[in-house]
Amino acid sequence: MQKFLAAVGAAAILAFAAGGAGAADKLKACFVYVGPHNDGGYSQQHDMGRQQVDKELGDKVETSFVENVAEGPDAERAIERLARGGCKIIFTTSFGFMDPTIKIAAKYPDVKFEHATGFKTAANVSTYNLRWYEGRYVMGQIAAKISKSGTAGYIVSFPIPEVIMGINAFMLGAQSVNPDFKVKIVWVNTWFDPGKEADAAKALFDQGADVLIQHTDSPAGMQVAEARGLHAFGQSSDMSKFGPKAHLASLIDNWGPYYVKRVKAVLDGSWKSTQTWAGFADDDIILGPLGNMPDDVKAMAQGTIDKIKSGQFFVFTGPIYKQDGTLAAKEGEKIDDATLLSLNWYVKGVDDKIPQ
Amino acid sequence: MEMLEGPILTIITAATPLLLAALGELVTERSGVLNLGVEGMMAVGAVCGFVAADLSGQPFLGVAAAVLAGMAAAALFALLTLVLVANQVASGLALTLSGLGLSALIGDAFVGVPGLGVPHLHIPGVSVIPFLGPILFGQDILTYLAWALAIGVWYVLFRTRTGLVIRAVGDNHVSAHALGYPVIRVRLLAVLFGGAAAGLAGGYLSLVYTPQWTPNMTAGRGWIALALVVFAAWIPLRVVLGALLFGAISYLALYLQGIGIGLPSQFLSSMPYLTTILVLVVISRNRVLLRVNTPACLGQAFVPDR
Amino acid sequence: MALLSPLLAIGLTVVAGFIIFALIGVAPLEALYVYFIEPLTQSWSLQDLVVKATPIILIAVGLSVCYQSNSWNIGAEGQLAVGAIFGSALPIYFPAWHGPTILPLMLILGAVGGMAYGAIPALLKTRFGANEILTSLMLVYVAQLVLDWFARGPWRDPAGHNFPDSRAFDDGQLLPVILGDSIKLNVVFMLIAVVAVWFLIRKTITGFQIATLGQAPRAGAFAGFSQARMTLFTFLISGGLAGLAGICEVAGPIEKLRISVSPGYGFTAIIVAFLGRLNPIGILFAGFLLALSYLGGEGAQVALGVSEQITRVFQGMLLFFVLACDTLIFYRIRLVRRPAHQASLRTAEAPHGNA
Repeated sequence: MQKFLAAVGAAAILAFAAGGAGAADKLKACFVYVGPHNDGGYSQQHDMGRQQVDKELGDKVETSFVENVAEGPDAERAIERLARGGCKIIFTTSFGFMDPTIKIAAKYPDVKFEHATGFKTAANVSTYNLRWYEGRYVMGQIAAKISKSGTAGYIVSFPIPEVIMGINAFMLGAQSVNPDFKVKIVWVNTWFDPGKEADAAKALFDQGADVLIQHTDSPAGMQVAEARGLHAFGQSSDMSKFGPKAHLASLIDNWGPYYVKRVKAVLDGSWKSTQTWAGFADDDIILGPLGNMPDDVKAMAQGTIDKIKSGQFFVFTGPIYKQDGTLAAKEGEKIDDATLLSLNWYVKGVDDKIPQ
Repeated sequence: MEMLEGPILTIITAATPLLLAALGELVTERSGVLNLGVEGMMAVGAVCGFVAADLSGQPFLGVAAAVLAGMAAAALFALLTLVLVANQVASGLALTLSGLGLSALIGDAFVGVPGLGVPHLHIPGVSVIPFLGPILFGQDILTYLAWALAIGVWYVLFRTRTGLVIRAVGDNHVSAHALGYPVIRVRLLAVLFGGAAAGLAGGYLSLVYTPQWTPNMTAGRGWIALALVVFAAWIPLRVVLGALLFGAISYLALYLQGIGIGLPSQFLSSMPYLTTILVLVVISRNRVLLRVNTPACLGQAFVPDR
Repeated sequence: MALLSPLLAIGLTVVAGFIIFALIGVAPLEALYVYFIEPLTQSWSLQDLVVKATPIILIAVGLSVCYQSNSWNIGAEGQLAVGAIFGSALPIYFPAWHGPTILPLMLILGAVGGMAYGAIPALLKTRFGANEILTSLMLVYVAQLVLDWFARGPWRDPAGHNFPDSRAFDDGQLLPVILGDSIKLNVVFMLIAVVAVWFLIRKTITGFQIATLGQAPRAGAFAGFSQARMTLFTFLISGGLAGLAGICEVAGPIEKLRISVSPGYGFTAIIVAFLGRLNPIGILFAGFLLALSYLGGEGAQVALGVSEQITRVFQGMLLFFVLACDTLIFYRIRLVRRPAHQASLRTAEAPHGNA
């Protein structure tokens, strides 16, 4: 029975392969997700980017993905499987895939690798990242204008530089409108856990916050805000449908344009290892849809976005003081990317301790 | 006092799914069956409840679907352990595993869809009494059901003949069988009740607590519920206390961070688990209480001889 | 029959899988091939199979000792994490130590860490009567949080831009590759553990005590076997093996201490222990079968676009069918006409027969 099955199976695979042989000249672009492709948050946004590649380059490119890949040895195996399987460009979409990516990239020098949110590169490995902090600055401004209690609640996952940057940018934005603005921070130690995020949201609201911002991926906090008649910002994807009256804006990851650009580069042979850190300027992040706020706040937010887009305004421009009072940047001085990428201090006014 | 209203409301709602699942498992275990598949049953209940509510637009249809799904999963478990006399621990684990996987498969198309929510009770006049009003009279319907279930389970188990039979079957199935009690049927009904309650608990998560479906949204609550049954020494009203305690400490871990207490968040997150162990140790020192209440035939297979 | 049952179970799982694939619209035969056969066809895939199966089997043989004596250690995942922490302390605090002694010491420390952590639920049970299913499970969460704190906080890589995870261990601090590209020394430990546990259970008096206490506790008590000592002993063994598996993962495929060192091996091992019917040789096969399903699942995702969740459904189904088919071994199934029916037949006959 076993042999029969194997024979039939082999025949089926051959037929499948033969059928696909005609399409063998299509470039294979592959994606590795840390969560489910339809998680309604981070991985889903990556998948939407992949779908954009399908849409725009479908005649020349064929995409596939592996989801729910645990960081560590499983990731190494999944990435290697893709490389072996003929993928010519592989996008590994989570920080924890960094070392596996580098390792496999060394074994397959002809395959191009793109690693999100990491810092290690190689001749055939690029990194790409988003300047989420730009959006958070604007969110801070909006929060300070909307909040009646002068306190925002911030649900965060883990104390990594990207998250710290986000908190700092939020505070700077809020302080530009209201220098005494306060933020309460809760670390939930997970990127995605609706129950825990809902509890954290409730705890923050119970302590007097009336605007919620999160660096976690589920819409649970938004739902709590809606139930209590308060406000919240969404994360990764458009969360307005989870809180029609509560939703102020969502910080949406728009990976599509970058993915199309890089796949095109492989197609025309111009691909080189780069480190991209994009933001509003190329629409790689979108803050929207702006709602449930007075028109003047909307205009202010849009104005700041436009200024950041055009390069007129850089969020981390001095004077910036650290939590301990020391000066981190002088008037007009811009904090450089390298410092930002390994940020581990808070700006003045943040009432929390970074776990060391 | 005003400050405590919010936290207390939150703790009560957080305790509800734990309470529902634990009460169901308590009845199951009192009849002598150890069902470790609570997490799987909750997951199926959550997904079926959400899907039904979303497709029909009626939240209560979702609640019914959740209960039925939990019972269906429990029926599979009953087939394995009561009819085919398989190892209960392994069967429960198989149920958890398949339940989690199956629920993710079923719910695949429903991720990212906002749920409808279930109405809250609103008694005019009474619900607005400060502090006591919302806590006693402003909860959602399922929370009241959970409280009622706790009292109901206590009453049936300890004040009715049915409960006596259940406990007898759990304590000594051989004698119960000799007395003519239908051991297998009693256990089947107890297992189905456990499944219904677990399914309801799952449905609560996806319909009320965070009205959405995401894979693994049960997040280990089924295991906590199992723990609570032991922790409560199989006494229904103690399960209420246990659920509230666990919910309170989990909430406190988050609340304290917001205040800025400065302890590492991992330590605070581990508080509920450490506390459960501590209280369990303290409770277990009362050997008499445990011996009286632990179903003596828990986990043992029963094969009726002719 | 004893051999037929697991094969029957596998066959039933394949059939059920066929139906599920057909229901979700994937070519069933092809899917089954990708899931169960394709991973066996390539050398790299076979190596991956061994690498994936090794920690699971290592933990599962330890758990089988526990379960046979009716001690339910559900906390292997936590003991694994603690073993990883203990073992990693050496290369993290002495990064320049590359000599031949550091690796064995790391492994021993890892096993010791797992043993110490496994002793906690055992002692809570023997001293205070606390249910060990509950305590060992709660301790899993605690251990994972402690690991997270270490890897994110004091032990994170100073050169890591404040990102979590420790620095990468150097060659002398890692398990050497012994076969092919990726099969490392921990395979040897796993095989030794399988043989050792088999020997323990079958050939030693301790093994006899374990089996007796598990199957007939009163007989064991009368024979003077101490349940308390056996509980502690079995937890130490399973904790130690889980801890060893933990440090082997860190010093093996992962090569550093990460915030999470296991995608659930401790829990998968419980399934494997039962699938292998608590017998070390059976566990060996069951472990490879389960690893096969993981690898097949990954292949199916890429080749067929099948969701990753199907793997879990498969594993659950396999366990279900094994348990169901085991009934065929343990019990004889006979169709019996119910006595009540016979009695009524007799009473119905009486008026017609001779008085």
